[in-house]
Amino acid sequence: MSMTSESTRQNASFGNIQARATSTMNPAKIAIRNLDFFYGDHRALKAIGLDLPERQVTGMIGPSGCGKSTLLRVLNRMYDLYPGQRATGQVMMEDTNIIDAGVDVNALRARIGMVFQKPTPFPMTIAENIAFGVKLHEKLSKSAMEERIEWSLTRAALWGEVKDRLHSSAMGLSGGQQQRLCIARTIAVRPDVILLDEPTSALDPISTLKIEELIDELKHDFTIAIVTHNMQQAARCADQVAFFYLGEMVECTPAAQIFTSPKQKRTQEYVTGRFG
Amino acid sequence: MSATTSSARGIPGASKDLNVARALGRRRHLTNTIVKVACIAATVLGMVLLASILLSLIWRGAAGISLTVFTHNTKPPGSGGGLLNAIVGTLIQTVIGTAVGTPIGLMVGTYLAEYGRGSPLANTVRFVSDILLSAPSILIGLFVYEIAVEPFGGFSGIAGCIALAIIVIPIVVRTTEDMLSLITPALREAAIGLGAPKYKVIVQICYRSAMDGIVTGVLLAVARIAGETAPLLFTSLGNLNWSISLGQPMASLPVTIYQYAGSAFEDWVQLAWVGALLITFGVLAINIAARLLLRRGK
Repeated sequence: MSMTSESTRQNASFGNIQARATSTMNPAKIAIRNLDFFYGDHRALKAIGLDLPERQVTGMIGPSGCGKSTLLRVLNRMYDLYPGQRATGQVMMEDTNIIDAGVDVNALRARIGMVFQKPTPFPMTIAENIAFGVKLHEKLSKSAMEERIEWSLTRAALWGEVKDRLHSSAMGLSGGQQQRLCIARTIAVRPDVILLDEPTSALDPISTLKIEELIDELKHDFTIAIVTHNMQQAARCADQVAFFYLGEMVECTPAAQIFTSPKQKRTQEYVTGRFG
Repeated sequence: MSATTSSARGIPGASKDLNVARALGRRRHLTNTIVKVACIAATVLGMVLLASILLSLIWRGAAGISLTVFTHNTKPPGSGGGLLNAIVGTLIQTVIGTAVGTPIGLMVGTYLAEYGRGSPLANTVRFVSDILLSAPSILIGLFVYEIAVEPFGGFSGIAGCIALAIIVIPIVVRTTEDMLSLITPALREAAIGLGAPKYKVIVQICYRSAMDGIVTGVLLAVARIAGETAPLLFTSLGNLNWSISLGQPMASLPVTIYQYAGSAFEDWVQLAWVGALLITFGVLAINIAARLLLRRGK
């Protein structure tokens, strides 16, 4: 490829990106050290070391199969569901290593919530969708539950659209609304950390924009990790961005830096669209 | 012209020939027409058979419907009589058979789909259940005869219920497992991701998602056992008199139909048609009612 066309391409992909200027990181809410992950014999994560700074957004990028979603699934122990998957190393939240066998995973998942790629509303009413998770961990009076439902839907920027139909089925919502319901459901449990696994990849641009604005709003209260294939999204949402490749974390830098002056050659090649 | 373009672009294969493309298109058209006609013909044949069965059922059965059918028990030939004891006997045995078989089938299906997936035990259970599903129902009748009729010294309604329950189980197992397996793993993970223990995920999320299919399976089972004759011949036997005691032989519509339809008495044959009509429309009514209930629940 000639130099001219390459630089055109770079301009095209970065013309409208305004990465964050901030480069100061808060202290780590979750500190990952020397983490390995195995699907059977296949080592899918290799000696990962990464801090998720408190009340900031960590973006995770990299080509398909690089291990970024796997890392999210380690953080709330989702891999426990599948025999043959195991993790070794340290994932410290406060003083606990959350991958230790003795950890109460249900309590852990109440503190580390997850939102998935495709919206997954439960087959029940909108209000029940929110109450389901809350009831697992708290005993609330009816009015307190109603308040919690309103609070979480408001935080998820969905209250105005659904306040008159709380008791109708969540399956009737649009895809974007369903995804915001899933976010509301997650924050209703009042977690410390929210993991988002490509939360907008099944959504239209308007819904995507709403979710991104929401992430910006939510980080005042929550520590957030977001996996995305969309480089602009990483630039728009994240305070720091980690680039994964073939199970390794290649580099992690403040968002502004990874797109303008990546330290590693592989990172530069990926963010400029040479592979991935 | 096409040859030059192809080679100029370096596409492998012979040059593009519009005549070949047209011939291929005609062939696809022809195949499409043949398949379409075959499908429609098969559908028409099926519908015609079904309609003729239903029509003759209505034609022959409706003529004999009267209040007496619902208010009088079966009586000796020539003296009138109705089907009351048979209707009630079928209701009792079908309800108990379904009530006993459904929870067992539901739990086995849940085990296969949620807990045992891929384990040798689950594979064995699934295999056995599938064999049971296709076993001739008369075998089930004989089996229950051996365990619940012979040892207790006589035919009984409860033995009929057991036989019907055994028929229900594999049907519900299969549909429950199939419906639970269709639920996307993401939905389960979403619930587990909120910190829900597995049983809550199954009961509150999976069952609700699979409700339609599971109810359909139970209805299929009800329809099947409401019309079963063979397993009842060896178990509840039939009863010409009024009896709702589970310890005594119990009348049922299918057995009464079986006895009456082949008899030489015209009034009995007529009652057999009425009984067949009642079973058919009873099952249809249950189906419609369940669909309406499900729809209202949403």
